[in-house]
Amino acid sequence: MKTEQLIALLAREAEPVDRRAPVRAFALAVAVGVTAAVALIRTPLASDLLVPAYFAEPMLWVKLAFGITLALSSLWAAARLARPGVQLSIAGALPFLPLAAVWLLAAIVLATAPPGQREALIWGRTWSTCPATIALLSLPTFVGALLALRKMAPTRPMWAGAAAGALAGGVGAAVYALQCPELAAPFLAVWYVLGVAIPVMVGAVLGRYLLRW
Amino acid sequence: MKGERALRDNQDEPERRLHALLVRAQQGDADAYHRFLAELAVFVRGFLRRRMTRLPDDVEDLVQEILLAVHNQRHTYDPDQPVTAWLHAIARYKLIDLLRRRARTDVLTDSLDDVDEVLLAADEVPAGTRRDLLKLLDGLPDKQRLPIVHVKLEGLSVAETARITGLSESAVKVGIHRGLKALAALIRSQS
Repeated sequence: MKTEQLIALLAREAEPVDRRAPVRAFALAVAVGVTAAVALIRTPLASDLLVPAYFAEPMLWVKLAFGITLALSSLWAAARLARPGVQLSIAGALPFLPLAAVWLLAAIVLATAPPGQREALIWGRTWSTCPATIALLSLPTFVGALLALRKMAPTRPMWAGAAAGALAGGVGAAVYALQCPELAAPFLAVWYVLGVAIPVMVGAVLGRYLLRW
Repeated sequence: MKGERALRDNQDEPERRLHALLVRAQQGDADAYHRFLAELAVFVRGFLRRRMTRLPDDVEDLVQEILLAVHNQRHTYDPDQPVTAWLHAIARYKLIDLLRRRARTDVLTDSLDDVDEVLLAADEVPAGTRRDLLKLLDGLPDKQRLPIVHVKLEGLSVAETARITGLSESAVKVGIHRGLKALAALIRSQS
């Protein structure tokens, strides 16, 4: 086929395009992802959650803020990575801010804690289940975000996959915070971050294969 | 100073023209879309010729692949962004993809980073293609291949094609849409 023929062929399919479709796909991914994750924690999988007194704990709000700011900044980064020729610029740095904030907070807490208590602040009581549960809760958003990106044209598929993972990880962390009994910043800085790192790394690896176009 | 400004205006000219054409194409203007693709082919050909001096026989194949990619991804263009940057990113992505597939990265002789160049290096003379997209079409399932052949190549209407193939009209439209995406994937998996 000659190039002229191809051009004629393509030009015949000049229907109006839906530029809002990607925005809707991301919105759907987050809405379904959050709903599914909340549904998951309300199953017997986690029985001792959402105790009213827990909402008075400042650390709950710190954990929620960590997850939500991570999710929002990663959503922005993913949306920029999804379009060819759009510079990532500051959107690439923002997802690291919540990370830096919890590490700083954890460092302050550890520095001021009595030496004997430091280990307990890091390990807590639920370290063995925390990262895996966050990763599990991030799964619905993860799938939705990758589907949204597949409709787009990321020229850096690995980074786009990682951003989708960070978005999903942020959602998973925020929802997990609702049921997590840990109230120490060092715990958050280690185990929550690890839980988020799982979808980020899986996203980076899968992105190279699933997000090519 | 004056010369510089004239040069810059010169560079902006294709940007403005292509932007106007693409925005109209996104709204469904087939005429504007045809002119956009025709102009784009000329620019992309020049862009690739200068970067593929060791793979001259692959240039026209890649021109076609990039046109197909631009078509399949045209909804990802945001009118607020420079059309040059969008096109350059797509052309660059497809060029790197080809080079990677060939595992011959040494053919890269110059930098790929100069965005403006995609509009400066025009080349109107197409060389022959090595790959025939028509043959590739045979690799698609009938419900994608037949709508493309009838509607796109023979110029039949969607309704006529639906009657001939026994598909519904919406199935014909979906078949064309999916078929063109599948074609891009086929190109990718080949070569």
